[in-house]
Amino acid sequence: MDEKTLRVVTRAALEPLPGLLRDRGFTVVGPTIREAAIVYDEIESLADLPIGWTDEQGPGGYRLRRRSDEALFGYNVGPHSWKGRFHPSDVLLFQAQRNGRDVEFTAPPTESPPVALFGARACDLAAVAIQDRVFLGSASIDPIYATRRRGAFVVAVHCTQAGGTCFCESMRTGPRATRGFDLALTELLGAGEHRFLVENASERGAEIADRLASRPASSEDLAAARAGVERARTSMGRKLDTDGIRDLLYRHAESEVWDAVAHRCLSCTNCTMVCPTCFCTTVEDVSDLSREHAERRRLWDSCFTLGFTHLGSGSVRTSTSSRYRHWITHKLASWHDQFGSSGCVGCGRCITWCPVGIDITEEVGRLREAEGSRAP
Amino acid sequence: MLPVPYRVQRRRQESHDTFTLELSRSGSAPGLEFAPGQFNMLYAFGAGEVPISISGDPARPDVIAHTTRVVGGVTRVLSRLRRGGTVGLRGPFGNGWPLEQSRGRDVVIVAGGIGLAPLRALLYALTANRGRFARIALVYGARTPEDVLFGAELERWRTSADVEIAVTVDRATESWAGRVGVVTALLRRLSFDPANAVGMICGPEVMMRYAAAELLSRGVAPDSIFLSIERNMKCAVGHCGHCLFGPLFICRDGPVFPYERVETTLRVAEL
Amino acid sequence: MKDLEHLLREHPFASGLPSAALSLLVGCASNVQYEPGEYLFRTGEPADRFFILRHGEVAVEVYAAGRGRITIETAGEGDVLGWSWLVPPHRWLFDGRAITLTRAIALDGACLRAKCEANHDLGYELLKRVTHVMAERLTSARLQVLDLYGDGSGDVV
Repeated sequence: MDEKTLRVVTRAALEPLPGLLRDRGFTVVGPTIREAAIVYDEIESLADLPIGWTDEQGPGGYRLRRRSDEALFGYNVGPHSWKGRFHPSDVLLFQAQRNGRDVEFTAPPTESPPVALFGARACDLAAVAIQDRVFLGSASIDPIYATRRRGAFVVAVHCTQAGGTCFCESMRTGPRATRGFDLALTELLGAGEHRFLVENASERGAEIADRLASRPASSEDLAAARAGVERARTSMGRKLDTDGIRDLLYRHAESEVWDAVAHRCLSCTNCTMVCPTCFCTTVEDVSDLSREHAERRRLWDSCFTLGFTHLGSGSVRTSTSSRYRHWITHKLASWHDQFGSSGCVGCGRCITWCPVGIDITEEVGRLREAEGSRAP
Repeated sequence: MLPVPYRVQRRRQESHDTFTLELSRSGSAPGLEFAPGQFNMLYAFGAGEVPISISGDPARPDVIAHTTRVVGGVTRVLSRLRRGGTVGLRGPFGNGWPLEQSRGRDVVIVAGGIGLAPLRALLYALTANRGRFARIALVYGARTPEDVLFGAELERWRTSADVEIAVTVDRATESWAGRVGVVTALLRRLSFDPANAVGMICGPEVMMRYAAAELLSRGVAPDSIFLSIERNMKCAVGHCGHCLFGPLFICRDGPVFPYERVETTLRVAEL
Repeated sequence: MKDLEHLLREHPFASGLPSAALSLLVGCASNVQYEPGEYLFRTGEPADRFFILRHGEVAVEVYAAGRGRITIETAGEGDVLGWSWLVPPHRWLFDGRAITLTRAIALDGACLRAKCEANHDLGYELLKRVTHVMAERLTSARLQVLDLYGDGSGDVV
């Protein structure tokens, strides 16, 4: 970051930003409150943001609470990530029409207006980069993802506070976003007026930033921004020791740790649904009553379901312990082999949204303990 | 991603639960080039899509044969198709058997049950260029004499293509004059040059583990033994996650793997 | 006799056997031949021999009323057939019937048992080899019981 190019925009001067994005053809999606949770949805203006709200998160717990200020981004990540925008949870793959003995297949229109992610956190941008590798990084490109992802504008927000289940520091994905954005905001509260440090990382980011009334950042502004990110860094609710983690998991393909976690795990699939990198899908084939028209839809799926590994002779992973092992081993170990990085970004969602509070960082800890107790 | 409509040219009942569909594109559309060992996703209208290996002759890309067993709803609908019916086809996917690597070497093929289907495509390719390979042997285990597939082809390859063929069944009927027992027992009796042999195995996982162990004990190198692994598949392009086998995507990295790459993964239950 | 010794030494069953032991083995060996349909042994008869198959196919069978002769396993060239000679009460538990013209080396079990009792080193060498044959048969039988090529419902014929 070149600190000389940073500018400061006041809370009032930030007001036009969603409109500027919309004027450029973007559908603006940002955090907003629905059913007592902060989710990502289309926003009209800054007023749609969860102004003055924060979230309290812990294993199996999530609560919104009023803040004592009017912060726009005074919370961490909710149950939604951006994956639903690019990798929809339910999408039509094709329609099939029978004409006598012929069958005609038609793909749905793939055009999709470009989206602007408003208020994307570092962990979630790391997750987008990971899903980019999954869906665009091999010889076969997912056309649905590619279409929706193309041209997306990103307004990042550097986290200045950490939640109870956050561990992006451990996964080296945050709390400061380092790439994958056009504009990045650091919200400055407390001393001085409510304002934002604005950093632009692309030409189109600069073009929009130029339209916001701003002043050059002072050394106080920069110090406050640095202090905010530092505060987030040092107050992570969780830690995960990633040292040698890939081999740690491979070594423990068979371990009593999996049986212990299976006693608590409900196989409910919540962790995989809220995970910003979990990408698994299934398909659903339906036909109408006349049997003349059929369609195939793609739906998010989860490796925690029994049917996930179904073969003619039955399912491969029938036990919950094998499914948890598969999930965490894929996330933290085999992901490295497949996509060159961890599949975990440390957002903590799987911990928060697990109904029984199973904590991925604790389970890795248990593996390390199991290993320690076995060492000579 | 979109299936291509293919017409059923011929449907053949291979055994009480196994059938072959021979598919062609309509009109003058080009055929489907494929490598033996690859698979297609076959879509039955409204019912769904299943991965099925190609069992036909790679030299005939205009007629794509799939041999499968009725094991669920989609294969049941496929089994009811008749000449002129339409299926959706996506493919071919995956890698194939190591034909190039087998040049000049003894090729030992071990098939179990429906596992013979993708190996039939291999046998077409091997026998089409018979001179490129040293000894070719097929050891094939079926459940009962009634379950033995492709009898006519096996006989033709035995008599006119210099392929050594040994068929065995798990359960014999009184009229069966052939061998009874498991494929590993036949492998033990087979004479070949282990130092210069390539093993290719397809069948139930347990059978493949024992067959690979037998080849290893005979002295075949672990990088010269190949297995075709089966897992659930939805997308066939490495995006749906269903076929993950340790770090491997069966659909994209396989389905054919050298034994050394899957040995440890095969040993862990429910992986 | 030279021929038999040569044939035995070539066979994996005798591989690594000290030459003194091999000579003892040869002393109990004879060449045999069976026409298709001929029995090598029958259930209940004294198991006084075992066979090293040199050529042909032998069905190991059991008769079941209503189902006829059921072949449990076939043995072929190179296989060692029979261990009842070593296990009391030394009686065959199945039928062994030649399917094709079968040539084999028959080893006299009574002769070998006596020599093994007198010479435990020889006994141990033979036991190791017979155990290996039994282990292979047991593994095969277990795999057959699994009904691997079935539809997974576990039904047995």
